Amino acid sequence: MTSPRDNPPPAAAGPGSLVRQVTWQTIRERLIRWVLFACAGLSVVTTVAIILVLLSEAVFSLPPHKAFFQQVSVREFFTETRWTPDFEGDGQQHYGILPLFAGTMLIVVTSGLVGLPIGLLAAIYLSEYAAPRTRSILKPVLELLAGVPTIVYGYFALKFITPYVLRPVFQDWLGFNVDTFNALSGGIVVGIMIMPMVCSLSEDVLRAVPQSLREAGYALGSTRFDVSVRIVVPSALSGILASFILALSRGIGETMAVAIASGQQAQLTANPLSQIQTMTAFIVNVMKGDVPPGSTLESSIYAVALVLFAITLTLNVISQMILRRYREVYQ
Amino acid sequence: MTTVPEHYSRRLAHRHRLGTVFEWACRVAAWGSVLVLAVLLIAVTSRAWHWLDWQFLTSPNDYEAERAGILGGFWGSFWLVGLTGLMTVPVGIGAALYLEEYAKPNWITRQIQLNIANLAGVPSVVYGILGYSVFIRFFGFFDRPQTYELALGFTNVRFHLPLGTVVLSGALTLCLLSLPVVIIASQEALRAVPPSLRHASLALGATKWQTIRYQILPAALPGILTGVILALSRALGETAPLAVLGAASHVDFVPGRIRGAGDLMANPGKLLQAPFDGFTAIPLQIYTWVNDNSRDLRDSVSAAGIVVLLVVLIAMNGVAIYLRQRYQQKIRW
Repeated sequence: MTSPRDNPPPAAAGPGSLVRQVTWQTIRERLIRWVLFACAGLSVVTTVAIILVLLSEAVFSLPPHKAFFQQVSVREFFTETRWTPDFEGDGQQHYGILPLFAGTMLIVVTSGLVGLPIGLLAAIYLSEYAAPRTRSILKPVLELLAGVPTIVYGYFALKFITPYVLRPVFQDWLGFNVDTFNALSGGIVVGIMIMPMVCSLSEDVLRAVPQSLREAGYALGSTRFDVSVRIVVPSALSGILASFILALSRGIGETMAVAIASGQQAQLTANPLSQIQTMTAFIVNVMKGDVPPGSTLESSIYAVALVLFAITLTLNVISQMILRRYREVYQ
Repeated sequence: MTTVPEHYSRRLAHRHRLGTVFEWACRVAAWGSVLVLAVLLIAVTSRAWHWLDWQFLTSPNDYEAERAGILGGFWGSFWLVGLTGLMTVPVGIGAALYLEEYAKPNWITRQIQLNIANLAGVPSVVYGILGYSVFIRFFGFFDRPQTYELALGFTNVRFHLPLGTVVLSGALTLCLLSLPVVIIASQEALRAVPPSLRHASLALGATKWQTIRYQILPAALPGILTGVILALSRALGETAPLAVLGAASHVDFVPGRIRGAGDLMANPGKLLQAPFDGFTAIPLQIYTWVNDNSRDLRDSVSAAGIVVLLVVLIAMNGVAIYLRQRYQQKIRW
């Protein structure tokens, strides 16, 4: 039976009705939505601005002003083996990025050799071996290590690692010449810097490996070592790889530690004990002084930054693709 | 009763030995981080010890090691991080709110999300170049800087367009740099708020914004705060973008030329002038000192600067931990 109370009269558009109407509140709601959308859109604007700024100074520019690649050929930039944009050396300017690229690679390789294995081993320890109490001590220490500003690592490399670690070992004992500024000290501290990142990212993927896989391994008579190295690590391999790539990309972009510890002399060398200059260090070194606006030296900064941006972006995208594919497997 | 063949038990023993060696390798790798941190702190503080005095903390920079101090850098960093926080926090939380609470999972949202993740990986020097081109050179639109004066009745604020190497340019650059970190951290905090809370609030008739304002934001606050402080402490330690902006290293004044609390009381206008004044920052000071010709500046004064930087960082993180615990106690679900 229906009573009059169950059948209210058709809703009239008035206060208390359920018909949607435009009030100050709905306007406010819509306004807030747009403001928040603008906040999120700012990140896109930033990306566009970065690309636009780099391209407009490096690749093409409006007529009175000349972009870098309108003054220096792309071929020279990528094949020339000298980088002397500020008249040093034989008094001639050469714009070949190879020495800077080689310097960056030297740093990346040494930091990778230090940071990646140690980071992975520490991650395996935290995920497979450590007691919860140990974890609660080690995790904050790793966070602290990751939070130390890079300039502090630069000082540490220049004032501690080179004179008290590298000089005694390589110069006094093995007889090599160790420059005051050298790639190895920079590479080691960059390795220390990326190690916590590798550790925390890898630990996340190691812990995401289902417990049933471990139990199956133990049931078949595996030792703890077998389970860790032959079951857990291979299952998490793609995630570990992604963390490695991300860490190396961080190493490529690392600036201050390298600028302080590894020197400011662009040279094409594979000797980690000699002075080098990375792409990032070049940028900081030129920009911290007075750069003549509109000069080729100034626009060369943008060309180097464009290469740097392209490399790190590619590595980041690859690592994200790997991570995304990996997540789909276990969830 | 079956017996295990001898070569089996030998192999098992071998595997156990291997396992022990591996476990120790892992243990050394993990505890090595503690060792490295300890060595780093000891190496820096031992160098800094004799230079860390009241004079160092209260003097501006100087070419003489005996008279050099961190005051200009400290207040420069204070202004930089303060302004960065004022700009980054609302925008970052706003972006996170849009992505978590409003955005539909469509192509545009995925692109924005991907874009933020990529921005987080852009090297900080590139942000420096962006800041230099946009805030300092204004894309080269101006032939020479124009000076403007804003009359506010009680004081006049003078600024240039393009901005030039002032606190505001540095803060804007650091803001762009730290936005992705704040957004990602805030998103994680928002995602941790249980959906039942949203449903309950909406079911009681609250609008979407009321739900966010009175339910979701308070619940997500501890996580957001942690992310914000993390991002700001990274901004505090950033050197490369500021060096690329061309921030003068031998600045021997405090932004706004504020000479203490009494001076500020007499001329409150200096507070508004400070963002448009030149600056240096703690990490920039360290960088300058490390490159200096004077041995004392290079070895010891820079170490003293590092100690100040680390102490400020630890203090900021301490505040974060305190705030997180304080707010966490109030929430129960």
